[in-house]
Amino acid sequence: MRVIKDNKVIDDNWQIVEGSAIESGLPAGDVILPFSVWQSNREAILSWNDRKLGLLINGEHDIDDLAGDLDHFNIIAIEFPAFKDGRGYSQARILRDHYDYSGDLRAVGDVLRDQLYFMQRCGISSFLIKEEKDIEDAIRGFSDFSVKYQTAADGAEPLYKQR
Amino acid sequence: MYQYDQYDQTIVDERVAQFRDQTQRYLKGELSEDEYRVLRLMNGLYVQRHAPMLRVAIPYGLLSSEQLRMLALIARKYDKNYGHFSTRQNIQYNWPKLETVPDILADLASVQMHAIQTSGNCIRNTSSDHLAGVAKDEIEDPRPYCEIIRQWSTLHPEFSFLPRKFKIAVSGARNDRAAVSVHDIGLYLVEGANGNVGFRVLAGGGLGRTPYIGTVIREYLDKKDLLSYLEAILHVYNRFGRRDNIYKARIKILVNSLGAEKFTKLVEEEWQRLREGALLLEQKEIDRVRAYFQAPEYEDNAHHDDSFAEKLETNKDFAAWVKRNVHDHKMPGYRAVFVSLKSRNLAPGDATDEQMDAIADIAEKFSFSQIVVTHDQNLVLNNVKQADLFMVWQALSAEDLATPNIGLLTDMICCPGLDFCSLANAGSIPIAKQINDKFDDMDYLHDIGEIKVKMSGCMNACGHHHVGHIGILGVSKKGEEYYQLTLGGTAENEASLGDRLGPAVEKSKVADTIGKILNVYIELRQEDEKFLETYKRVGIEPFKDHIYPKKQVKEKELAHASH
Repeated sequence: MRVIKDNKVIDDNWQIVEGSAIESGLPAGDVILPFSVWQSNREAILSWNDRKLGLLINGEHDIDDLAGDLDHFNIIAIEFPAFKDGRGYSQARILRDHYDYSGDLRAVGDVLRDQLYFMQRCGISSFLIKEEKDIEDAIRGFSDFSVKYQTAADGAEPLYKQR
Repeated sequence: MYQYDQYDQTIVDERVAQFRDQTQRYLKGELSEDEYRVLRLMNGLYVQRHAPMLRVAIPYGLLSSEQLRMLALIARKYDKNYGHFSTRQNIQYNWPKLETVPDILADLASVQMHAIQTSGNCIRNTSSDHLAGVAKDEIEDPRPYCEIIRQWSTLHPEFSFLPRKFKIAVSGARNDRAAVSVHDIGLYLVEGANGNVGFRVLAGGGLGRTPYIGTVIREYLDKKDLLSYLEAILHVYNRFGRRDNIYKARIKILVNSLGAEKFTKLVEEEWQRLREGALLLEQKEIDRVRAYFQAPEYEDNAHHDDSFAEKLETNKDFAAWVKRNVHDHKMPGYRAVFVSLKSRNLAPGDATDEQMDAIADIAEKFSFSQIVVTHDQNLVLNNVKQADLFMVWQALSAEDLATPNIGLLTDMICCPGLDFCSLANAGSIPIAKQINDKFDDMDYLHDIGEIKVKMSGCMNACGHHHVGHIGILGVSKKGEEYYQLTLGGTAENEASLGDRLGPAVEKSKVADTIGKILNVYIELRQEDEKFLETYKRVGIEPFKDHIYPKKQVKEKELAHASH
C-alpha cells in the first residue's frame, strides 16, 4: 500500500481484503481484515502464524468491543467514508488516549490533504491518500499550523503552559 | 479586552495562508466544488443568491475601535459599503468577491480578527452577554471563559467535522441576556454550595426546525473542569450524533432521543476519563485571561454631575432616547448606551461604513474604545459617563444611530431572508420595512412598550422566531411567501418557545396582523403589564379569537352540525 508515514511516501505490505476473501482464499502477505470478518472468525484467525494482522474499522464500530484484542493488530485502519464524517477522529483518540494503542493507525477512504493536520493530531500515523489526489502534495497538509492551542492525542501541552 | 500574543497571531496568520492556498487550489481545479465547500464554510464563506457571503467572527461580540474601523474599511474596499451584524454577534458581508476573500482575511488578521469557524460543522463563535463586565446583576464576568473556550475550540483536531454546527453561550449574570438556554451548550456562572463560582451546564438547546430549551445536565461544575467537561460533551456528540439526516444532526436531537439521563451518564463517564489530564484548567491561566478584562479606569466622581439631569429636563428627545437606549451600570455615574441599528432607513442589523467609522470614533472618545455587538443586532457602548451622554446622543443622532426604540416593536431581530440567503423561503427585510411603515408613531411604540419581534425567513430560524414574544416565520405556499406567527416565546430567564397563532398569513397582511395582536394586548393588559406578561396570563385564545374569527365560527358551526 502506498501511503504517507512519518512525512514520507512509503510502500508497505499491508493490503485490505474483502470480507469474502476468507472463504475464497487470502492473498499472501500482511492483511487488514474488516471488523465483521474478525468478529465472526476470531478463533480461526488467531491460529494463523504466518502473517501480521490488521483491522479495518469505521465510525459505527464500538472500540470497547475490541478492548481485549487490540494487541493482536499491528495496524488498525480507520475508514473515513466521506472526509466530513468526523467520527474517525474520535475513534483514533479512543484508541490512543484510552487504550494506549501503540500500533500504526491508518486513515483510509476519503483522505485528503486538508484534513491530515487534524488526523495526525488525533493519533493517526499513516495515511492512504484518496486515489486521484497527488500524494506528494498532500504531505504539505501536515505543516499548515505551527502552533496548537489545545492538547490532543499528539501529547501537545495546552498552549497556555508555554506562555 | 483580550490582546493576541505571538502565538495567537501566528495561528491567525497561518490560517490566512492556508485559506489562500485552498482558494488557489480550488480556482485551479485541484479541489472539487464539494471539497472546497466544506473548507470555505469553516472560514465563514458561503455562496449565496447573488454573491458569496463572508461571516467574520467577533468573539463574544467585543470589538475595539480599531477593529470596527477595519470592518468599515472592508465594507468600503471589498463590499457595497455596509455590513450586517448577526444574532451570533458576528458581522456578515454580502457582496465580496471570492478571489478577494484571502485578502480580506489578511486585513482582518492585521487587527487580531479572523473568520475561523464562523460556519461549518464545527464549534462556532462563543456568544455572551452584551452587558458583560458592567451589569449590576453580574456574578462574574463571563468573557474570560468565552476567550478560554475560543482558544480551546479553535482548530480543535477532534471536533472540526461534527455532525452539525455547534454553538456555545456563556452568561455571568442573574438575568440571561445571551439566550443561553437555546444553545447546544449553555453555561451560567453560578455560586456553588461551597461559596465558589462555577458553571451550571445545559445541553441540547437550539432553535431551527425542532426547537428545544436546553436541559441542565450538571448543576455545578468547577472552573478547573470547564474544558474537560466541554470536551466530554463534544466527544459523545461527535461519536453518537446522527449524520444521516441534516435536520436531525444537532445535539438537541441526540439529547432527546437518548433521554437527558442517559446522555448525561455518557458525558459523565467520558469526563471521569478526561478530567485529571492535560485538560485540567489551571488557575494561572484563568488569572492570565481575566487580567485582560479588568474594568477600565473609571472616574470616582462621575456621578457628581448636574448637566445630565438638566439636559433630561430640558430636552424631550434626549430624555426619550435615554429612557429606551441607555442602560444602568454597576459604576455610579456611568451608563451603557445602545446604538440602535434599527432605524427605518436600513435593514435591521445593517450598518454603513460611515456609521461604523463614526461609532468607532464615539467609542474612542467616550467609551474606552470598546464596542459590543448584541445578539439583538444592535451595538453597545458600555462605559459612557453620564455627563457625556448628551454629546454621545448628538453624535449618534447625526448618523441615524439613535432611534429610541431599543426593546420596542421596531427593534426587530431579522435574518437576511430571501433577499440574500439561498436557504430562505420568504423575505424578512421587506416585512421589517412593512412593520416600520405601519408603526411609525413613536408614541404608540412607547405605549406598547417592551416587545421582542423576531423574524426568520425559513425553518432554520436564524432570526430566533421561536423565542420572539411575537415570532414570524417565513414559509412558502405554492411559491407564494406566507408568514406563520407565534406568540409568547422568550430566550431570557424561564425561557419558552412561542405558541402557534394560526394559519400563516399572506405577505401583505403581516403588519396588520401584528396590529391586531397589539389591539388585544392593549385591551387586556392590566396596569403596566408588559406584552409577554399579559400573554402568559391570558394565553393564546383571546388572540386567536380576534385574529381568526371566521374560522372559529366555522368550527363552532361544524361542531353543532355534528351533534
